[in-house]
Amino acid sequence: MPSLTSLANPTRFLALSGAILPWAAAAAALLFAIGLVMALVTSPPDYQQGDSVRIMYVHVPSVTLAMGCYTAMAISALGTLVWRHPLADVSAKAAAPLGAAFTFLGLVTGAIWGKPMWGTWWVWDARLTSFLVLLIMYLGLMALWRAFDDPARAGRIAAVLILVGFINIPIIKFSVDWWNTLHQPASILRLGGPSIHSSMLWPLFVMMAAFAALFVWAWLAAMRAEIYRRRVRTAELVAAHPTALEPRTA
Amino acid sequence: MTITEAFPALKLKAQDLACSRGGRFVFSGLSFELASGALMAVTGPNGAGKSSLLRLLAGLLRPTAGDIACEGRREDEPAAHYLGHLDALKPAMTLAETLRFWGAIYQQGRVLTDSDLNEAAESVGLGHAIDLPVGVLSAGQRRRAALARLILSPRPLWLLDEPFAALDSQGESLLRRLMGDHIGRHGLIVAATHQALPIPPDTTLTLSTT
Amino acid sequence: MISFLAIVRQTVRLELRAGGGAAVALIFFLAVVTAVPFGVGPDLKLLARIGPAILWVAALLAALLGLDRLFGADREDGSLDLIIVSGEPLALYALGRAVGHWLATGLPIVVAAPILGLLLNLDPPAMGAVALTLLAGSPALTLIGTVGAALTAGLPRGGLLIAILVLPLTVPVLIFGVSATSGALSDPEPFLAPFLFLCACSLAALALAPFVAAAALRLALE
Repeated sequence: MPSLTSLANPTRFLALSGAILPWAAAAAALLFAIGLVMALVTSPPDYQQGDSVRIMYVHVPSVTLAMGCYTAMAISALGTLVWRHPLADVSAKAAAPLGAAFTFLGLVTGAIWGKPMWGTWWVWDARLTSFLVLLIMYLGLMALWRAFDDPARAGRIAAVLILVGFINIPIIKFSVDWWNTLHQPASILRLGGPSIHSSMLWPLFVMMAAFAALFVWAWLAAMRAEIYRRRVRTAELVAAHPTALEPRTA
Repeated sequence: MTITEAFPALKLKAQDLACSRGGRFVFSGLSFELASGALMAVTGPNGAGKSSLLRLLAGLLRPTAGDIACEGRREDEPAAHYLGHLDALKPAMTLAETLRFWGAIYQQGRVLTDSDLNEAAESVGLGHAIDLPVGVLSAGQRRRAALARLILSPRPLWLLDEPFAALDSQGESLLRRLMGDHIGRHGLIVAATHQALPIPPDTTLTLSTT
Repeated sequence: MISFLAIVRQTVRLELRAGGGAAVALIFFLAVVTAVPFGVGPDLKLLARIGPAILWVAALLAALLGLDRLFGADREDGSLDLIIVSGEPLALYALGRAVGHWLATGLPIVVAAPILGLLLNLDPPAMGAVALTLLAGSPALTLIGTVGAALTAGLPRGGLLIAILVLPLTVPVLIFGVSATSGALSDPEPFLAPFLFLCACSLAALALAPFVAAAALRLALE
């Protein structure tokens, strides 16, 4: 098998993702147009929180995607380590900055929402704290990828860390909850919950779908960029060692 | 310590081996067979994959394609000694501690005694230095200390990467003798080298970059 | 078993001899504990209250020190290659290095913590509580650090990266460690529950970390 494994089936992926990309972009634009109107105009203000409740329509989808993105990375990591699928580590690497961005967005919107609610930008609330730890983990993973020259080796090592983190995140969440209840008796107003009214639920659903479409679009685009980046690298290697791609016998 | 019994018959087989490093092929379609009591020289210019081939045989790299088999040996039984470019010595440890450590790692179901260690050090001409920290040894002495590991525990397959590099003339004759003894005991040696071996090899595998 | 003990013994010796990290970790621990009062002021009441937490954070930071050499040195000098070729189970090797590292750096910190507690105006029960919780929790810190060390072995500047990778993973250990310590000292807060969680962290790390570290070392080599 003379063809390099790193080039084996990305070609088909590039064709497929190229076809999906414009549809994902269009879906995201449409859903955002509808969702933002619903969230900012047609949905009612909260009887307690007033208009500041509207930040929930950005906050909740960000937070959901921040966690969903890590799950996607964990599945990709399994793909790298167990099935050695060449696209799996591209997928994990492309998802990491997106996960970090959504986590950051979740933290910032949480802080902005907290200012009028709690009178302070930041409280060491269990959720905020867990997400801060999650953000550090995303950033650490990105730093780990950057530290290696060889993308294949970086992918395998990062996959191990992703899985370690995946086991650890529930433990961290549990410990932070424990720590929080110990130090701060639950007095904080919580967002969401099952009692949310349908006039707020529908805008939230639409915004969730809009964020999901945006995520799919950005993820595919980042994966394509990573594949092209690796092709450039391979082309450079071939330029330096012209015979490297041809099978040869001793 | 001196174990003179012969090794059981072994056959090292490589079939259609391919190795790629960092996204490019180093070599591919490589096949050979080596039977007990034979020395194979692996030659070729720099970058031809001599070191990669030895690391494949040692199990330090996974082949991109092809198989390596060692017939006549149980799958889980470690068979090889690997001597790379690096000496794997800790400057702060004395030679005796170093040998005792590797003796325990390579243990063959018995603990090495002080006289075993002395004998191993003597046989590489470092008997006087056994209680010195490895850090004070010269480059040639350190290379010989690395050679002492080969005789610390008997293993049939020796994978030697540029074994004669950085050896003084005394060390060279020592290694020549060790290799001769090993072949005489029906051991197998695969030696990567870019110069002619002082012992005539039974077969030569030439890797090329073109 | 012989090979495992040999690895532990070699690790301890290397840490204790010239060029090793045991003394550095202990001095760093002392330096961090000394630095905090300069930051928060010499109020003895305040120091007595946050003293156990200071000791725990300092122990966490000191545990991260020197991890980059744990496998990095073996990779650079070729020892790791020989260990793999020798057929020694890689997880056992990783565990041996971790145990040796803990004996040389973790255990001295556990012993030194109550003594440094004097500087922080801790009373004897608080000193005992800190030492006990550190004894139960510091193995988890070292073992989680071992995973970070294995992930970054062979990187030129792995030390900084290890700290970033390992710190978020050690959050539960820190939380349960400090909770158990304050639980032992003040009545309304529970002691046994966080202490048992702390022990669970160490045991789980003991069961998993050597295998994860071994997998990372092997994957980095290919």
